[in-house]
Amino acid sequence: MLEMFQTVWAIVPMSLQTLIVILLKIVAIVAPLMLCVAYLTFAERKIIGHMQVRMGPTRVGPRGWLQPIADALKLLMKEIVIPSGSSKGLFLIAPMLSLAPALAAWAAIPFQDGLVLADINAGLLYILALTSVGVYGVIIAGWASNSKYAFLGAMRSAAQIVSYEIAMGFALVGVLIAAGSLNLGDIVRAQEGSLVHWFWLPLFPLFIIYFIAGLAETNRAPFDVAEGESEIVAGFHVEYSGMAFAIFFLAEYANMILIAALAAIMFLGGWLSPFQGIPVLEGAFEWVPPIVWFLAKTSLFLFCFLWFRATFPRYRYDQIMRLGWKVFIPITIAWLMLVGLAVVLELPWWFD
Amino acid sequence: MTFELFIFYVFATVTVASAVVVISSRNPVYSALALVLTFFSCSGIWMLAEAEFLAIVLVLVYVGAVMVLFLFVVMMLDINIAVLSQGFMSYLPVGVGVALAVVAEMALLVGSKYFGADIIPPPERHVAEYNNTAELGNVLYTVHMYAFEIASVILLVAIIAAIVLTLRKRPLTRYQSPEKQVAVRREDRIRVINMKAETEE
Repeated sequence: MLEMFQTVWAIVPMSLQTLIVILLKIVAIVAPLMLCVAYLTFAERKIIGHMQVRMGPTRVGPRGWLQPIADALKLLMKEIVIPSGSSKGLFLIAPMLSLAPALAAWAAIPFQDGLVLADINAGLLYILALTSVGVYGVIIAGWASNSKYAFLGAMRSAAQIVSYEIAMGFALVGVLIAAGSLNLGDIVRAQEGSLVHWFWLPLFPLFIIYFIAGLAETNRAPFDVAEGESEIVAGFHVEYSGMAFAIFFLAEYANMILIAALAAIMFLGGWLSPFQGIPVLEGAFEWVPPIVWFLAKTSLFLFCFLWFRATFPRYRYDQIMRLGWKVFIPITIAWLMLVGLAVVLELPWWFD
Repeated sequence: MTFELFIFYVFATVTVASAVVVISSRNPVYSALALVLTFFSCSGIWMLAEAEFLAIVLVLVYVGAVMVLFLFVVMMLDINIAVLSQGFMSYLPVGVGVALAVVAEMALLVGSKYFGADIIPPPERHVAEYNNTAELGNVLYTVHMYAFEIASVILLVAIIAAIVLTLRKRPLTRYQSPEKQVAVRREDRIRVINMKAETEE
């Protein structure tokens, strides 16, 4: 069997071989990601349920474990209703435009040392550019639906995403000044040492701002005015049904996981073990593969996403704008200058 | 035809086609979206030319921010395309004249006398470690320092001017000041009164 495979593989031309390998790598990233998205929705319902002293889903499968599969199947079988007076092409393209950047950004994410699809030297910029493209899905969906609620939601969402992108970009600039590289693998390697060498300590305000801006970018509570149920029904995707609706949700959750993974890479040392540099514990946890640490840190941030949703009431729209423009941007600019100074002075532990 | 050349032609075709849609579409929203596609495929061509920093920044700035605001405006305004396209025939001679002038100028410059594969050889391929971002930064902050700083100051002035234009105090508008809201204490809002219980006999 193996020999037959090898002979067939040898016949395949060289360029086609690389193409097949890259495609297989993409499948190896996207398939687990989709599974993660499915079970993130399940985790959300369970965790928020328990926070509110409820059970969450319990009926489908053992202890409700098959609930996301059942949801996906249900949505697949529903009809996609296209509203009259909508522009059909744009209406159908919009969900794809919101999902594609959320998936494409994963190409530059290093899961552990060397385990990355595209090890490009401008990785951070690439991710920033792709996440900024995701806003088109929302805008086009709102406009193409030919509905006032959808349009209002799209306007709110676009203004919010564009505003918070600036604060988020400045936070990323702080990281790249500290690491001296745009490559995500190099950023993690620059944090090598121990728990206190990670960038969360010297860049603490940027870390907090990055995560909050990430909440706003993904339209999650408490910044979910774009789909505020009490005001504009469901916002930009109010006219969507069936799988088109599900794709918006896939994109939202894939973006959440992306923001969490980026926060883990840039501020919590990515795949580095938290016990590095501690005499006994470092040896005791040496058997753990680095990717486990990365996934654990990502899950920590994902839990925060869900926790915040259960905890905070929704922000008012003008307060969101005030927080983004008048609080976050000045703080990030001030901290950038401090970081620049620290790098020039080669402040020990982080910048020497 | 190499694979790279194939990619170039794909991006070039998409760029030209979407640019045509920008000026020929009847709906301004479609025009704006076609412009987004033009920027995107342009950035693909820049990426092929090993200018990855510029390519990504083009997407980040123009696609991610500028065009979003453009779309915002175009969607909010109810543009009557029929009024806009009135008098097309009377503008046509002027338009054709300008177009011909541009084509003539370009032909003079790009003609085979100054450009071409034998006069300007293709730039050498860089190694995989070549970092376009670092190279740009080195030039921008040393050789072109003054031009760069002056451009940034001009932009700053433009930002301040734009903000000042929107600043107007309307006396009737009510708004809250969050710092006062945060500083509120219990004593300011609540007064506990000692009252005798009333009972019905």
